[in-house]
This record gives sequence, C-alpha cells and structure tokens, in this order.
Amino acid sequence: MTSPAKSTWAGVLRTPVGAGAAGLLAAVLLLAVLAPLLWSDQASAVDTGRILEGPSGEHWMGTDGLGRDIFFRVLVATGLSVGLALLATAVGVGAGLLLGTAPMLLGRRAGRLVTAVVNIAVAFPGLLLALFFAVVFGVGATGAVLAIGFALAPAFARLAQTLVAKVAGLDYVAAARIAGLGRLRLLVRHVLPNIAEPLVVNATIAAGAALLTFSGLSFLGLGVQAPLYDWGRLLGDGLSSLYVHPAAALAPGTAVVVAGLAFNLFGEAIAKGIGMRTTPVLLRPRVRSAPAARPAVTGEQEPVLAVDDLRVAFPGSTPVRGVSFALRRGEAVGIVGESGSGKTLTALALAQLIEEPGEVSADRLDFLGRPLLDLPARERRHLLGTSFAMVFQDPMTSFNPTQRIGRQLAEVSEQHDGLTRGQALDRAVDRLQAVRVPAAARRAKQFPHEFSGGMRQRAMIGMGMMGAPALIVADEPTTALDVTVQRQVLRLLDSVRTADDVALLLISHDITVVRQFCERVLVMYAGRIVEDLPAADLPARARHPYTRALLAAVPDMSTDRERPLAVIPGRPVDPADVPRGCAFAARCPLADEQCTSADPPLVPDEDGRRVACWHADAVTGLPLVAEEVRVGE
Amino acid sequence: MTTLLTGVRPPRGFTGNAWTRFAARRLARLLISVWVLVTAAFLMIHLIPGDPVRVALGPTASPELVEARRAALGLDQPLWLQYVHYLGGLFSGDTGTSVGTGLPVSEVIADRLPATLELAGYAFLIAVVVSVPVGVGMAVLTRRGRRRKTELAFTSTSVVLGAVPEFLLAVGLVYVFGVQLGWVPVAGRSGLGSYVLPVLALAVGPAAVLARLLRVETLSVLEADYIRTARAKRLPDRIVYFRHALPNALTATITVGGLLLSAMVAGTVLVENVFAWPGLGTTIVESIIAKDYPLVQGIVLVYGTAVLLVNLAVDVALALLDPRSTIKES
Ligand code: SF4
Repeated sequence: MTSPAKSTWAGVLRTPVGAGAAGLLAAVLLLAVLAPLLWSDQASAVDTGRILEGPSGEHWMGTDGLGRDIFFRVLVATGLSVGLALLATAVGVGAGLLLGTAPMLLGRRAGRLVTAVVNIAVAFPGLLLALFFAVVFGVGATGAVLAIGFALAPAFARLAQTLVAKVAGLDYVAAARIAGLGRLRLLVRHVLPNIAEPLVVNATIAAGAALLTFSGLSFLGLGVQAPLYDWGRLLGDGLSSLYVHPAAALAPGTAVVVAGLAFNLFGEAIAKGIGMRTTPVLLRPRVRSAPAARPAVTGEQEPVLAVDDLRVAFPGSTPVRGVSFALRRGEAVGIVGESGSGKTLTALALAQLIEEPGEVSADRLDFLGRPLLDLPARERRHLLGTSFAMVFQDPMTSFNPTQRIGRQLAEVSEQHDGLTRGQALDRAVDRLQAVRVPAAARRAKQFPHEFSGGMRQRAMIGMGMMGAPALIVADEPTTALDVTVQRQVLRLLDSVRTADDVALLLISHDITVVRQFCERVLVMYAGRIVEDLPAADLPARARHPYTRALLAAVPDMSTDRERPLAVIPGRPVDPADVPRGCAFAARCPLADEQCTSADPPLVPDEDGRRVACWHADAVTGLPLVAEEVRVGE
Repeated sequence: MTTLLTGVRPPRGFTGNAWTRFAARRLARLLISVWVLVTAAFLMIHLIPGDPVRVALGPTASPELVEARRAALGLDQPLWLQYVHYLGGLFSGDTGTSVGTGLPVSEVIADRLPATLELAGYAFLIAVVVSVPVGVGMAVLTRRGRRRKTELAFTSTSVVLGAVPEFLLAVGLVYVFGVQLGWVPVAGRSGLGSYVLPVLALAVGPAAVLARLLRVETLSVLEADYIRTARAKRLPDRIVYFRHALPNALTATITVGGLLLSAMVAGTVLVENVFAWPGLGTTIVESIIAKDYPLVQGIVLVYGTAVLLVNLAVDVALALLDPRSTIKES
C-alpha cells in the first residue's frame, strides 16, 4: 500500500506538466553529472585558428574568443551551474532551518529576537542579500555559494517557522513534549519528518531561483572566476561579442532558462499536487425529464410573482426541474428541503442571478405582472433594483469588506432612483433606523467588519428596503446566525412584510421556522415541488412521505438530547443523475413498482393544496416515522 | 526622578484611534528596520574575513601603506567607537569617501541614483498599467471555464515570461531589437530610445506575474458573496467590476506588487550591467570588484532604504484599501 504522500507524487508524475518537468529535470541533472566527465577536453581545447567563428559542422554553435567550442562549453558548464546552485540551496535550507527552528530550540526570548531579524531580512530581495554577502565573502565561487545560500536563508527560516508552529500544535507532538522528550530530539524525531515534504518542494523551487541568481552573479563577474566557467560566466563573456557572434551569449542564456524552468515547474507541479487535490469534473449525460404539473393558482388578485415550469440547467445536470407557484401581495411562503433540493437555485433564478453556464427557462416568470425573461435589460434592471429585495445566507461575506455600510446601501438609490450621494446616504441612514440598527448615522460610516452578524443581516434587509420592495426573497437568512439573533431577524422580516404588504419568500432547511413565519409551505425535493400546503396543516395533514420525513427529523422538547438527531435515511438525489420514476423512491418506505416506473405529477386537490405522490392518500393516517415524534411548540 | 518616569506614560488618546496606532506601529517598525540596515552595512566590512584593507590593497602593498589606510578609514579604532562615528557621520550626511575616486560617497550616489530611479520607476509604471487591465479582462473573459484556449495561451505565456530572469530577457531583447532589427540603441543612456530596452527588460516579467495574479484574484473575488449582493442590487457591470471587485482583488496584488517592486530594485543591478546604464547598479558591481568598501556601504544603504520605503508604501496602501488590515495587526 502506498502512503497518500507517495501516491500524490506519483499522481503528479502522471499529469502532462508534472511528467514533462520531471523529465526535463532528470535530463538536466544527468547532464550536470555526465557532461564534465565526457566533454571537458573538447570544451577547453583552444584553437587560435578559429576564433569567433559562426556555427559549422565541426562546431555546432561556433567558437569563442579563444576558438573553443561553445556547444561543448555550454554542456560542460551544466555541471558547475547546477552543482553550485544545489550547494547554495543546501546552505540556504540548512541555515534557514537553523534560524527557523531557533524559537523552538532556544526558548521564547532568544527565539523572538531571531524571528524579528528574519522578518526584516525576508523583506529584502534575494539578489540584494546576495550582493551584500558577496562583499562579505569575497568575489568568487565560494563567496557566491555562501552569498546565495544566506540570501535564501531568511525565506526558509520563515517557512520553517510557520511549518514548525503548525506541527508543534499537533496532539502527538504535545504528548511527546509532556513525556519529557528533549527539544532537539523532539525536533528531529517528530517535527522535521512532518515538515519535510513542503520543505523539499520549496527547496526545489528555490534551487531554480538559486540557479538564476548564480548565473546573475557570475554574469556580473562576482561569481565563478576564470578559468572556471558556468553559464553566467559564458553569458557575460559572450555578451561583448553579441553583434559578431550571438550564439555565444544566447546558448548559455537559453540553458539557464531551461534549467531554471525545470526546477521551478517540477516544484510547482508537486506543490499543486499536494495543495489542491481536485478531481476532474466528470461530465454526465443530460437528464431529460417529464414535464411538470401546472400550477393551481386562482386569479382572484394579480400575483406579485407567478412562476410556471421554471427550470435551471447547467451543463450535465438540471438541478431545478419545473417549479410552478405564485405569490400574492403580503403573502409569506416558505420553501423547505434538504441542501441540494434546488431551493437556493430557485431563489437565484427568480432573482435573475444565475450566471453562465447556468441557464434559466420558464413557461412563465412574471414579476409584478411583467415577464422577466422577455423584458429589455434596462427595464428589468430598474424593476428588480427597486422592487425585488434579496437577503442572503451569510451576512459575514455578503457585504463588500472594503466599503462602508452606508455607501453600500446608498448606491442602490443612487443607481435606481437618481438620488445624489448625500440624499442616498440620508435614505440609507433612515433605512438602517427602520431595521432597528442603533445609532444608525454613526453605524452607516462603519465597515462591515465592525458590525455583528445579526446587525449585518438587518442592514442587508435595510438594503433591500432602499427602494419600495414588493417581494423579499430571503435565502436561509438566519442559518449563519446565533440562535438568539435568529428570532430577531425573522421577526424583523415579518414586520417588514406586514407593515408594507411585501410578499416574502423564505427559503430554509428548517421546517419549524418556515411553519412559524409563513402561511404556505412549498416542499422541494430533487429540483421539484413535491408538496404545497398551508402551514397550518403541518404536521398532521402533510401527505407527502418526504414532508413527513422532514417533520420527523425535527427535534423537539421531548426528544432525548443524548440521542443523535433523527435524520432522513438515505442520500439526496444527485441532480446530475435523477432516477426514473419518483425521485424519492429510493428513500421512501411506501415505494412500490408504480413509484419507480412513473414520476407522480403535482396534483391540486379541491382546497388548492398540491402533492406529488402516488400514495399520498395512504400516508395521512400513518405515524410520521417508525417511532412517533411529536412536533410541538 | 519618579515624576520624570511617570511622565513617560503614553498619551491617552493614543490608544483610541486605529489609524494613529497603525501609524505609530508602522513608524516604529520602519525605524527598527533602518537601524538593522545601517548596522548591517556597518558590520559588512568587519565581517570580511581577514583585514579588509589588506584585502583591498592586495598582498603586495607595504605594511606601512596598509596601516596608513587603516588609520585614514578609522579602522584602527575600537569597534564601538567606529560604530558611533559611522552613525554620527550618517546623521550629518557624511557617508564616507570613495577609495577609488576620492569623491564623497554621497556625491557619487547623487550622480548615479536618478538614472536607476528612472529605470525602476518607468518599468514599474508600465508593468502596472499593462497588467491591471489585462489581468482583470482575462478574468472576466475566462470566468467559469469559458474560452479555455485563450486562458491556456494567456497562462502559459505569462508563466514563461514571468520565469525568464530580467538579465536574460535583456540579452534576448538586445539580440532581437538591437542586433537583428537595429531599431533602438543597446547601451548607455542617451535619448528616449535608449530607455526602451532596459525598461522593457525590467517590466515584462513583473507585468506577466501581476497579470496572472490579478486574473486569479479577480476570479475568486467574482465568486464572492458580496459580488452576488452587488449584482442583486442590479448595479451596472462597470460598477460591479471596478467598485466592488477590483479593490478586493488588489489587496493580494499590492502585496505581491510590492515584492516585485523591491525585486525590481535589485533587478536594475543586472539590467544596468547588460546595457551599460550609468546608474547605481553598474557602480556597485564596479566597486565590489574594486573593493571600494565605503562606496559599497553607501549604495547598499540606498538599495536597502528603497526596499524599506516600498514596503512602507505597500502597508499604507493596504491599510487604505482594506480597513480590516489596520485592525488585524493589533
Ligand atoms: S410516489 Fe411513491 S416513492 Fe414517491 S413519495 Fe410517493 S410513495 Fe414514495
């Protein structure tokens, strides 16, 4: 059995970039070892008769100022260039590890001093540090190795510090410490093995950087000195004759780039393999489904929202498969369902916020009597901007962190009602007051991070009230909040609704919340409405087995706190792979032949309640689930 | 005595304002960094194994000459006294005398610094002006797996361009535009044309890196909840991208941009040497080889200070852009 780490490395080698980089790196390393052994003589053979010649059959890349073969010189220089770069990297990693683990080895106070110095040194670019150390260690190969090594050290020290800090917090390291293991042994035995992988990856990338810096120093005349030569040296020598003989400079230059890339790409490929293990998205065949049932809305009053056969499709799946319902002024309707049931996508589709590659289609999608899908973009923008309010799930992330709350509210009115900046801000303060944000004028000048979660959600509702909303769609508005704040926010929504006769569409996974704050409940499963009934009918008159399962999963006062929460057995349907027949069949205790062969239509009864189940009438008499769970106040 | 000590308590209002605290903290850090830098520059000479004067004058110099030079440089005094003199000199603007030319170091620097500043300044400007629209544009164009081929072309080009070190790019540019096409001069600093290649050599890499980073940052910002909120407000795309997305995408970009700018300061050293640019970079290499230590010290201080100032600018920009960052640190 291979360890997960190993399989990652192997996996990286199987990707085209990873394999290419590994092959290139192997070739560079092989050349570094072999070239000096094989071709040193050819590379240093002086031929004064053929100085600065162009490429020929004998000398592929021509000759240099002493008539030496440039091709062989570049090959042989691989040894010194790569070797010295690796040496410098080793110095850098070693020194970095010493500095980085100093806080652990030396104790807090000395460690802090080292950390402070490292933090300052890290700010300086490597080449500057290398120049500094080149002065100290003198001009030449040894000096350059030390210079580049020490120049890499701060970055590795920083890396080692971070990694060590992470590992030191792990349980077994703490245990080993308590067991009295010495600091050094703790470090060598328990910490280093755990941080080896990222260190090696970073060292590989750093080796590429060291190679480039080294050739830079040699190029400047501060690194390898004649008669030795590396790529940088060759490049520096070749530059002066660039007009006569470009290959002398371009060949070593290309070699540096290729070798540098080899280290770099390999390191990055491994890093990527370790960091983000994403499985490629498998494209599944498109699902064709039966047309959905028509809504059963009686037209006594023009609805705020009328939806007929709403679908949301993505390449490979259709997570919303024909949703139909209507909302009257001032009505509160809840949509419940597990995550993945399509309720949030339904909300986003209503709000016209589905983005590419998602596609929204509907036989009818009317808001305030106007067809949203056919409206010109300008009109639609104005209509939705003034009358359609959205409240999102997570108030922490739903405000722009770089802008003041007041501004974020105000821009709505600036945009849609043509208010000036000042007027819009006044309105924003007024709205914040309306949603009971204390000291609204001061608060409007604050940034989102200065607001508590509940306050932010209220500000979000206030943002929806900048215009004159006819509909508020609230998508799990309280899920991210504390229990105590949840009620406040829901009550605020409720009072906004009753005060201004605003329709409310409340989306939630929590059927008790929906029951309490809504008049009607839509239950969604696998992208469809499976039941539509008055909230007052819950729980007793729920007819769909899924609705009843949701009710049964609700904990109440009588539920034993020690026992795990009741959950609905089985897993929700994958929208990319909806089964034939009733989508709930796999989890339904009543499923039979008919259920798995044909999809039950959503049919209304005489009271306007709708249900999509072949055995709806058989259900009402049954207990909610195998054991009775009361759902009460 | 006691009254004096109690009087040292920090003023009250100091703790009240996040901005004041930020400024104070940042200023303290700058001062400490400068002190470390100055001390490092001072110690540089003393860290050289053996006698720096002997190293500079070579093994053939007579002991009397070495002694005389030591005395002239003040190297015969105790270390702490030399340190005090060095610091005192810096405060009064005296950075020593170049051994090679006999000119005051400050004069040499004043003479050479503008050329280097111009180079780095133009290069950075171009890198930013090119990378911001390209990066944001590519993000918008290639969102959610659209235009896969464009994305691939962009990413691979920018990876390669970002990976080629500036001095090799410089050599390549000299070859193509100077030798092959003969469009622009390839050495020295005379006239507008002579700026083209050195500035390009410095700008291309950072521009590629920044553009790639901005694309990635913008992509992730465009998926953020607050962008959805901005869309739900039905703001025009222009406002969504520039008022809501860009400032948030810039925070990481400015951090990296600062690193690139400091790296560019160092990169000038190499590029100047390719183009025989009469700036600090050519001077420092000459003086390192000539072992003109006072001049090296002076130039190291200039480069170091430049880097510290860049870092300061980055922190201030971040604080202005992202109000959370001022709070986070405290
Ligand atoms: S149709 Fe059949 S499988 Fe579906 S919910 Fe009703 S009883 Fe269960």
